[in-house]
Amino acid sequence: MMESMISSRIDIIKPSGIRKFFDIVTQMEDVISLGVGEPDFATPWHVREEAIYALEKGRTNYTSNSGLLELRQEISRYLATSYQINYKPETEVLVTVGASEAIDLAMRALINPGDEVLIPEPSYVSYSPCVILAGGVPVAVPTTEKTDFRLTSADLASCITDKTKILILPYPNNPTGAIMDRENLIDIAQVLRQHNILIISDEIYSELTYDGEHVSIAAIEGMYDRTLVINGFSKSFAMTGWRLGYAAGPEVLIAAMTKIHQYAIMCCPTISQYAAVEALRNGMDSVKRMQEEYDRRRKLLVHGFNEIGLECFEPKGAFYVFPCIRSLNMTSEEFCDQLLKTERVAVVPGNAFGDSGEGYIRCSYAYSLANLQTALERIGRFVARVKQA
Amino acid sequence: MQQKILALLETNARISTEQIGIVLGISQAEVEAEIKKLEADHTILGYNTIVNWEKTDREVVTALIEVKVTPQRGIGFDKIAERVYQYPEVTSVYLMSGGFDLTVVIEGKSMKEVALFVSQKLAPMDSILSCATHFVLKKYKQNGFVYTPDEKDQRAAIWL
Repeated sequence: MMESMISSRIDIIKPSGIRKFFDIVTQMEDVISLGVGEPDFATPWHVREEAIYALEKGRTNYTSNSGLLELRQEISRYLATSYQINYKPETEVLVTVGASEAIDLAMRALINPGDEVLIPEPSYVSYSPCVILAGGVPVAVPTTEKTDFRLTSADLASCITDKTKILILPYPNNPTGAIMDRENLIDIAQVLRQHNILIISDEIYSELTYDGEHVSIAAIEGMYDRTLVINGFSKSFAMTGWRLGYAAGPEVLIAAMTKIHQYAIMCCPTISQYAAVEALRNGMDSVKRMQEEYDRRRKLLVHGFNEIGLECFEPKGAFYVFPCIRSLNMTSEEFCDQLLKTERVAVVPGNAFGDSGEGYIRCSYAYSLANLQTALERIGRFVARVKQA
Repeated sequence: MQQKILALLETNARISTEQIGIVLGISQAEVEAEIKKLEADHTILGYNTIVNWEKTDREVVTALIEVKVTPQRGIGFDKIAERVYQYPEVTSVYLMSGGFDLTVVIEGKSMKEVALFVSQKLAPMDSILSCATHFVLKKYKQNGFVYTPDEKDQRAAIWL
């Protein structure tokens, strides 16, 4: 009986094909996993301590719907100093339950039935369901290794129709580790300027950029007024469990999102918000320390995969490498399944992030160097065996 | 580059020169040359292993001794510190600011052994005015390493 009661909208969201594989992974013991999309570091101690103080002081009430003004001011200052984009804390910043909520709110605030949303792929898995639930039509824009999984103006232009309303810009990218540098952004901005398209720029991995600085598309000429910047504390400050992110953008859009947020969420966890204030005020050294450690691991993994004979382009952001396994004549899922069963190493098949991810695997380096070294040895053994067969 | 190599070795002395090369983006030969230089000029004093002896049968007692001294004319504290650190049971010696002058860390098999060292060797030395011996009851953290680390990865094995 209950099944017939569930909204038909839920049926449109396809169950993930690789759910079965995930179930096997979680049931197995002694698995070396490179499958996790969250930092291995604990939140910096001074941030945790600030949360403890906030609790001791009894900061246990709601905050304003948009989030503590103090926090929005810090966010505004951070965006201005780090990325040269300016937002008024009072009206242009909204604190959300992770970047995830900001993505959902933006879709719900913007989409009318039938509106098309461009999603570069491979990319994080929540965009498309959020678009569907909001009544929109997700349109995948495949990116390839040929362009280092960056979005090019040609690829973008070829997917634009009369119904295109939004471009999601997920860089630095999960799962490929690709980034968009200033020139890449200027390139796509030329196309966007000719159309009435909004940009939702998911910059959650912005602090994890290597060999160069992260650039926000909102800082590119003519893009500020049509961009919603989404970011958060999960990846940069290793604060996944605190569930705190934010959106910054045009006042009208932030107001619309706040309307939904105030009824669905009311406000973000207060303790998390106080911790986040401390993170932004005094946590940048910790961010840098973690970024440097990720960079070392990144180099180890890229080098390791190329040694093994799995071609691996050098990712410039996030904490993933995305080696190509096509030379082995097996699908991503076959590779991951057999690797797990024979060597007890868990990695994620690339097709989990869209069809264009087929032929690749996502390996996270949110693990210690020693752990990565062991995983590389095992993967190397596995690949050698497959090549011999 | 030197500092980056040192930072890696300080947290893991067993990291291979090959791995240092990979993560810092330089050749293994360059890493080895740098380390040789750092060893030669004693920037690298040595390589230790941090051992939790509690897990073994060996009894180890650690004591921290606050020592007050009369510095000798012309040579200050250095000569006295030098005499103190010659003893193999002394693992560290620091010159301190504040209420006393030297911190001497010593390790022995038993409290008695430590006590005998202090009373027979350290305290009678010329220039040493007084010794206050504090025994270590429990070690929680040493050189950046926690004695009972929280080993288990709390994260799910797969998370997109």
